[in-house]
Amino acid sequence: MSALPPISNVGLLRWAWRQLTSMKTALILLFLLALASVPGSVLPQRGIDPIKVREWITDSPTWGPILDRLGFFEVYSSVWFSAVYLLLFLSLIGCVVPRVGVHYRAMRSAPPAAPRLLQRLSGTRTLPISAEKSEVLATAASTLRSTRWRVVSGPSDDLQWVSAEKGYLRETGNLVFHLSLIVVLISVALGGLFGWKGNVIVREGSSFSNTLTQYDAWGGGRFVNSQDLAPFSFTLDKFTVEFERGVAQRGAPRAFEAEVSYRTEPGAPLQHTLVEVNEPLEINGAKVFLVGHGYAPIIKVTDKTGAVVFEDAVPFLPQDGNFTSTGVVKIPDSTPQLGIQGLFLPTAALDSVRGPYSTFPAADDPALFMSAFKGDLGLDSGTPQSVYRLVTDKMKQIGLQQLRPGQSWKLPDGSGTVSFEGYERWASFQIAADPGKEIALLAAAIAIIGLTMSLFIRRRRVWVKVVEQDGVTVVQLAGIMRTSTFEDETIGVLADDLDLIEGALESAGQVHATTEEEV
Amino acid sequence: MSPESLAEMSNVAIYSAMLTLALAMVAFAASFASGRRRNVAVATGESSVSAGGAAVITKTKPHTTDEPGRRAANIAMSLSWLAFVLLLAGVVLRGIWAGRVPWGNMYEFSITAALGILGVFLFMNLRTDLRWLGLFVVIPVLLTLGMAVTVLYTEAAQLVPALKSYWLVIHVLAAVISSGAFTLAAATAGLSLVRDRAERKSGGEVKPEGVLSARIPDAESLRTITNRILAFAFPLWTFAVVAGAIWAENAWGRYWGWDPKETWAFITWVVYAAYLHARSTAGWRGNKASWIALAGWLVFLINFFGVNFLASGLHSYSGV
Repeated sequence: MSALPPISNVGLLRWAWRQLTSMKTALILLFLLALASVPGSVLPQRGIDPIKVREWITDSPTWGPILDRLGFFEVYSSVWFSAVYLLLFLSLIGCVVPRVGVHYRAMRSAPPAAPRLLQRLSGTRTLPISAEKSEVLATAASTLRSTRWRVVSGPSDDLQWVSAEKGYLRETGNLVFHLSLIVVLISVALGGLFGWKGNVIVREGSSFSNTLTQYDAWGGGRFVNSQDLAPFSFTLDKFTVEFERGVAQRGAPRAFEAEVSYRTEPGAPLQHTLVEVNEPLEINGAKVFLVGHGYAPIIKVTDKTGAVVFEDAVPFLPQDGNFTSTGVVKIPDSTPQLGIQGLFLPTAALDSVRGPYSTFPAADDPALFMSAFKGDLGLDSGTPQSVYRLVTDKMKQIGLQQLRPGQSWKLPDGSGTVSFEGYERWASFQIAADPGKEIALLAAAIAIIGLTMSLFIRRRRVWVKVVEQDGVTVVQLAGIMRTSTFEDETIGVLADDLDLIEGALESAGQVHATTEEEV
Repeated sequence: MSPESLAEMSNVAIYSAMLTLALAMVAFAASFASGRRRNVAVATGESSVSAGGAAVITKTKPHTTDEPGRRAANIAMSLSWLAFVLLLAGVVLRGIWAGRVPWGNMYEFSITAALGILGVFLFMNLRTDLRWLGLFVVIPVLLTLGMAVTVLYTEAAQLVPALKSYWLVIHVLAAVISSGAFTLAAATAGLSLVRDRAERKSGGEVKPEGVLSARIPDAESLRTITNRILAFAFPLWTFAVVAGAIWAENAWGRYWGWDPKETWAFITWVVYAAYLHARSTAGWRGNKASWIALAGWLVFLINFFGVNFLASGLHSYSGV
């Protein structure tokens, strides 16, 4: 095989670039982008609900791992999704950037001279004049200028025509729109690299300070120094929640209010505020959002000698809209080690089919159902454990019990006593910083303005020309649409433009009033 | 006035609007069945300019009223306006009853969307004669309302905390008007496909046969109208999505999180963007663009209904 001459490679590249930046390719990439977005709304996504993803993969052992490997559980950061949008943006850049130069030159150049024969254009109007040629052209030119047309006249030696163009902002808007989309993409990337986000559960009366170790979950971009977070802190003084008690939408939340006192840095004055849904607290570029809430039953455990081995409010995680909540207590300090799996029901009900469950999200009739275990909690094995899950592999169940607030339960094997002292509320907060969001918003706003301009402004040209026709001096008015996208719907706009010139000439008495024309 | 009677009045207004629309539908259908082939005036470029016409689609000159199809169409338009007023009253009363903007659950979104479709049609009709489109507007409006009162109905209650924001008004208003425009554009795009087929069958003949095809504007005009509606709807939808993102940032701590509703709003946006690009791509301006407009509407419907019924996400409201 003979080697291809190097020029062919350049030619091939040029061909590929032309293909990529063609409108047809852009169209196909847009379809692909729409299609590629779909699976992320059908399959659970790791970024949103990692537990559901794990369940999905476990439930379908054939498809789960295949789809996982292909990135279907992280669609929006998958290779194929990224490839589609990056190609689309490359195509956009290749299409739009050269047009910026073209448009810049077009905006600076004067409208072209009038064509020789205006009557060849459709819709040309011919009116006999009753004034000097130069007066007629001057009126036309000044009328056009006053309505922001770009106007030239010529030829220089003997004035015969006026040429005008309007609507340059259409292409300006179009370019601005597309370039703004690039800025939006860049600011999304900025947010990904320099932003961070964390979640934390704070019990009523407890405090949080903004360091990595205090978070239940935290994720940050590549360029975020997690040791260098803004050193603010806050205390959840009081958390109030109200639920619908009427028949319609019974149990739906009606109000969440977190009373918070905070310091922007250690030693700064203590400030009080209310954090609500839609009303985040902003401290030093980070925003504190109220995203959830739940119950933390206060549990006290004593060993057989009566010594207190555990006493704390333990956050339980809500499992349904009525706040049937689950949680665990691990007591590594007792011998043998004790573990409790608990079910907290704010308004308890029990039936033979469903077992214990809650009928209303407010704590009207709270109860704690418990299952106690003894043995090895497995905390020393080195594998990290969730605080919300009890590993019972090396433990033995010693009993089940239902407690109301204030009640105690003597463990059946005599290894201790568990008391349900009451409950506290907790609120969960998402704390996030996204340095790209302001730029994204600005770019989006500019994009909408540009888009509107590009869809509603019509680019067009008009000419006014004085000629001799059958021995009479007449003025000809004509125009063309220069809008390539919607030329079919803008002819009426052009007619209005010609009406404007004609009206000005008429009111100046420079043409004879038109008689009704045959249509 | 007691809240119960307000609730009852709202429901009565909605049911009356449905009855009125059913009558309007019969009248629109009658105008199709009994009317002579309508002379839909679609000015060509030349005649429009020389006549100084203001728009491509000019209003037809009033015909003599003894033409039964025309009379039926006029009756249908009057009934549609009446239905619009009734529907508006129903939505407003619902808001007064609940003591908030009437946009708290799917029932309320649906009756407002029906109002949006009808409203965009009626107000466009003030500028351009669209009576021939009436039947294809009234049907989706009736279907939406039927679904609202049967499947989606819930008693009015207060808003869940996540919806308590002035962005609710801005975001939903823009989305609802866009939804009206998308529906209208789907109707005109669909009709353009029907008409195009008839035109090709009759060998480029301008007056094709067929109950439907003979009574609607030519395919090119229908495509132009579709384009106009979508050129209006697309920036508005962009605004609705951006407003939603601003709200999401304030409520959930991120402006974009690929929640199912967000994802499908994005897909809707991309498909309609493809439509606008198709309109300026050689070989795509005709039927292909019309099919894209229909696909956009389908995606929009998935977003409006499907996401709430099938997917679980942040946009699920109490009472669906």
